[in-house]
Amino acid sequence: MSITIQHVKKQFGDFKAVDDVSIDIESGELIALLGPSGSGKTSLLRIIAGLEQLDEGAILFDGENITEIHAKERNIGFVFQHYALFRHMTVFDNVAYGLKVRPRKTRPSKKEIKEKVTKLLSLVKLEHFGDRYPSQLSGGQRQRVALARALAVEPKVLLLDEPFGALDAKVRKDLRRWLRKMHNEFHVTSIFVTHDQEEALDVADRIVVMNKGRIEQVGPPEEVYDHPNSPFVYDFLGNVNLFKGRMQNGQLINGNYTVTVPEATATSEAEAIGYVRPHDLHIERQKSMEDAVSATIIYVHAIGPIVQIELHRDDIDEYLEAELSKEQFKQLQLKRGESVFIRPRQLKVFIPEDFSI
Amino acid sequence: MVLSIDQTDDKKKSKAAPTVLKEPKAVRITLTTISIAFLFIFLVMPLAVIFISALRKGFDVYVTSITEADAWSAIKLTLLVAVIAVPLNTLFGILAAWCITKFKFKGRNLLITLIDLPFAVSPVIAGLVFILVFGAQGLFGEWFLIHNFPIVFALPGILLASLFVTVPFVARELIPLMQSQGTQEEEASVSLGANGFQTFWHVTLPNIKWGLLYGIILCNARVMGEFGAVSVVSGHVRGLTNTMPLHIEVLYNEYQFTAAFAVASLMSLLAILTIIIKNIIEWKTSHH
Repeated sequence: MSITIQHVKKQFGDFKAVDDVSIDIESGELIALLGPSGSGKTSLLRIIAGLEQLDEGAILFDGENITEIHAKERNIGFVFQHYALFRHMTVFDNVAYGLKVRPRKTRPSKKEIKEKVTKLLSLVKLEHFGDRYPSQLSGGQRQRVALARALAVEPKVLLLDEPFGALDAKVRKDLRRWLRKMHNEFHVTSIFVTHDQEEALDVADRIVVMNKGRIEQVGPPEEVYDHPNSPFVYDFLGNVNLFKGRMQNGQLINGNYTVTVPEATATSEAEAIGYVRPHDLHIERQKSMEDAVSATIIYVHAIGPIVQIELHRDDIDEYLEAELSKEQFKQLQLKRGESVFIRPRQLKVFIPEDFSI
Repeated sequence: MVLSIDQTDDKKKSKAAPTVLKEPKAVRITLTTISIAFLFIFLVMPLAVIFISALRKGFDVYVTSITEADAWSAIKLTLLVAVIAVPLNTLFGILAAWCITKFKFKGRNLLITLIDLPFAVSPVIAGLVFILVFGAQGLFGEWFLIHNFPIVFALPGILLASLFVTVPFVARELIPLMQSQGTQEEEASVSLGANGFQTFWHVTLPNIKWGLLYGIILCNARVMGEFGAVSVVSGHVRGLTNTMPLHIEVLYNEYQFTAAFAVASLMSLLAILTIIIKNIIEWKTSHH
């Protein structure tokens, strides 16, 4: 089912939780709502579910306006951050709940319910846990019960609120893969909320980056990661080095480092910031290029395939972070305290809009 | 009640007491002796006195005292009031706790304060309020008098006073419980397609049942034992508007000590039964 979100606004007192958000979600997509806490992502998810009323705007499922339709009629599956399992019911009864509360006409027979629940429990690899109570399960198992329970009602939309937020790193990674696999099998339109950029980049078809109740950028993971359209997205998705400086004649001047910014007008003279990903920072022993600047290695972190190097600029008092592959690192034979030259391979300058004209 | 609280505290302490908090033997023995002596003087002895006095003139007198017409009517009235007041306040308590904990609205805190009011107001004043409103010289007294529906000095007045005094019990028990449980399970239920009643019946009620029972028992104990407010509105009409506590007072004032203690022993038995049920429920809740 496709979802259309049209100019949705939601305010809690003076706080604008969701501020004029519009997104088109295609049928069968897996979407990540990514943003820091307080960015409005959970509010938006709850509005889509009907658990929260919107102030303005509309939500359309398959082109049909469902803004006024009650949550129980929306046919959604909602997975809560803290699972929200019914604590006094067994795992089996939890999963069966959505089927048991149906009106008599559409309610499946006891046998059908049993078959369906058994099938779902084996899908989430908990077939022997049907008689247990939620308190007797681990966090990962509880989350899988919550997923099975949401899937039992055959929802047209699956909404997940920070589904793996409360789990430890290893379990989280497993469940992430598993969610992706499930989504490929069921093809139900899914939206999940996360503040973990790695999770969003890893699982989603498209990422919606949110900040202060607004959408910053929407796109596939590669696009959002490689071509952020705002400083916020740059900062939020992955580590970044800042080259703070002044624009002069279309060039950004930052200490001894100057770079030409093609999109800047010649006359603009303003504070600007260049953004460089750690893996886009080139390190060399001999100065081979004009624009390279010198820096001192202050820390080398060489665990795993990627070597992280922390540097201190010699010209200005700024710290930089670079990432090298193990081979590059071996070739260069870098050590703490050594002096090297660094040069950004790729640098994106954002000129604050207020100052650009 | 004091007895039961002490017991549970002791249990917790002995389970979790770190060695640093272990007092010397002498201190422990002294403290234990003091508390046992205190409980003996203020609880066990009076209780024993009630039963001894009640049975002083033999079992036959005891039985006649509590089966005599006026006593019997007091017992019936007390039970009738409890049967009506407890369910009503249970219903109100659930509704109030539900809207206070599941919705956010203006005046929520005011509602909480209002629910607490009967705890703060002296029962005598509560009774007087009903006299002023429904009494013969009261605000609506005349109307009820004309329509031959007496409130004061009759069952409706006793009911109103009992209801007023016991409003907080169930709600007060449920509000913190439901607050700590949050609304997520209810939201999950709704998102799975359940309607409001199904959500309440299958999700909310099972989660609060022990707390609810606890509240009902305390409410019941108070309804049966209430003296002040009921005393003001009842008018002490023998065999008609006397509840058990009022009947005991009347008998006592007439120097019928044995009869007074006999009815008192009956009430004490009810109280002991209540405490036993309450402890069973406490035990059940802590094991769930």
